[in-house]
Amino acid sequence: MKLLAVETSTDACSAALFIDGEIIEKFAVAPREHTKLILPMINQLMTDAQLKPQQLDAIGLSRGPGSFTGVRIAGGVVQGIAYGADLPVVPVSTLAAIAQDFFNRRSDAALSFTAMDARMNEIFWGVYQRNPLGLAELIGAEAVTPADEVIFPDRAGFGVGSGWGVYAEQLSQRLAERVLGIEVDVWPRAGCVAQLGAYGFANGLAVAVEQAMPVYLRDKVAKKQSER
Amino acid sequence: MYVLGIESSCDETAVALYHASKGLIAHTLYSQIATHAEYGGVVPELASRDHIRKLVPLIKTVLKEAELTAKDIEGIAYTAGPGLMGSLLVGAATAQSLAWTWQIPAIAVHHMEGHLLAPMLEDNPPTYPFVALLISGGHTMLIEVRAIGKYRLLGESLDDAAGEAFDKTAKMLGLEYPGGPKLAELARSGQNRFKFPRPMTDRPGLEFSFSGLKTFTMNALHATQQTEQDKADIAFAFQQAIAETLSIKCKRALQQTQLKTLVVAGGVSANQEIRQQLQQMATKEGADIRFPRPEFCTDNGAMIAYAGCQRLMAGQTQNLEIFARPRWPMEQLISL
Repeated sequence: MKLLAVETSTDACSAALFIDGEIIEKFAVAPREHTKLILPMINQLMTDAQLKPQQLDAIGLSRGPGSFTGVRIAGGVVQGIAYGADLPVVPVSTLAAIAQDFFNRRSDAALSFTAMDARMNEIFWGVYQRNPLGLAELIGAEAVTPADEVIFPDRAGFGVGSGWGVYAEQLSQRLAERVLGIEVDVWPRAGCVAQLGAYGFANGLAVAVEQAMPVYLRDKVAKKQSER
Repeated sequence: MYVLGIESSCDETAVALYHASKGLIAHTLYSQIATHAEYGGVVPELASRDHIRKLVPLIKTVLKEAELTAKDIEGIAYTAGPGLMGSLLVGAATAQSLAWTWQIPAIAVHHMEGHLLAPMLEDNPPTYPFVALLISGGHTMLIEVRAIGKYRLLGESLDDAAGEAFDKTAKMLGLEYPGGPKLAELARSGQNRFKFPRPMTDRPGLEFSFSGLKTFTMNALHATQQTEQDKADIAFAFQQAIAETLSIKCKRALQQTQLKTLVVAGGVSANQEIRQQLQQMATKEGADIRFPRPEFCTDNGAMIAYAGCQRLMAGQTQNLEIFARPRWPMEQLISL
């Protein structure tokens, strides 16, 4: 099983290859440099692995939520490769990728209250638990809301992601003693997208390129004339 | 050489296939007008969201129509600017990654170069050098074109673009977005009753300024009962003012450059009154005038495929950077 994963939804930019259980990744924190970095990263990974796109089984897309423009850079890149090489796409949540990175590094963690800063006084959030295979699994649904309106289950877990930096106070208040610890600087990484994507592919979650769309969560972006 | 052209700089997703010697093979377009109409104008974020939904299906459509497959395509051209950043990035990212996957060159095309080369898609194309008038919702410019990539800006709008002036004036007259073509329709029943100024024609130079016409329209409108006839008369006067102003400036540009060919392109060049006045002026001046067919006046993939094909044949290519420039002066372009 061979899968290429692409992640550009935050200030970080990364690409990764999953080759029969092994993951290689290129990663950089480089605000506004994604357009310069992402294709050379992919090209390098594929050249090093001596792979052509047509030899892959699927492409993993970090489908959001995140920066709208960033999510669409990965979306465009993934669609171009998937269409060009006639491959299916496995969309992976950016929040899941963040939770996965945390679980990979913290073997004691079983639950992640994952939150990304969504600007406009809101956060993108989702609750992820570690499944028996060690993979991040969503509980409930992802959402975008003000920090003091999040609904987290009554279980103890870790506060993970940039949302915990900007809204530490509101989130800590709301979750009270359920928070076992906080880690703010966790990026979504293509390596984790690849890990989750390979699992998703094996479980029939791959879609055709036309269905491989960004997930923005914030769907209301402007007011219609009738609403002004 | 078959070249795929991708255009996504504003609110239209367009794809075309051009062949170096066979000409235009296929083209298709998805217009987002209906999406933005409810908002009274283009919402950049919604435009970007539409582009990423439509682009790959449109590419598939064009290849199917042309009865060609991936292995036939030898280059991919995409609009890299100027335009809306989010919209440009969708086309640029998809085009660049597709070219990488197919192991063929990609080329970043300047949107306005695409427009000014659009008449080259017609059976009897103009020959270089010529003067180009580019009039659209985002631009009003006069350019001396010596060859592909050899451009000298002769003059441009200091404020509103011609198409922008049309849309804003239409809005004042109660016409729905996009109001430009509706204003032209309304002007058909208008009479020659108001005299609007011809901005910046009373002094030398090739610059334009259309924002004053909005104020003039507003004042003229408020001095009437605002009946349908009043509005039609104002639309008539406004359109006349734009058409005559453009005509005066084009005449000056031809005289100043001593060139005998005028190429008119961009969305506003579909306007019949403007076409007529420019035609009359050109005839008097003994100049040759060329317009693209109406569907290639507005944004389209064909002009991008054409421009990209010329540059690719000259050996130019884009490296692996997803190249998008919301602002991109034409004079920075490399000549062939």
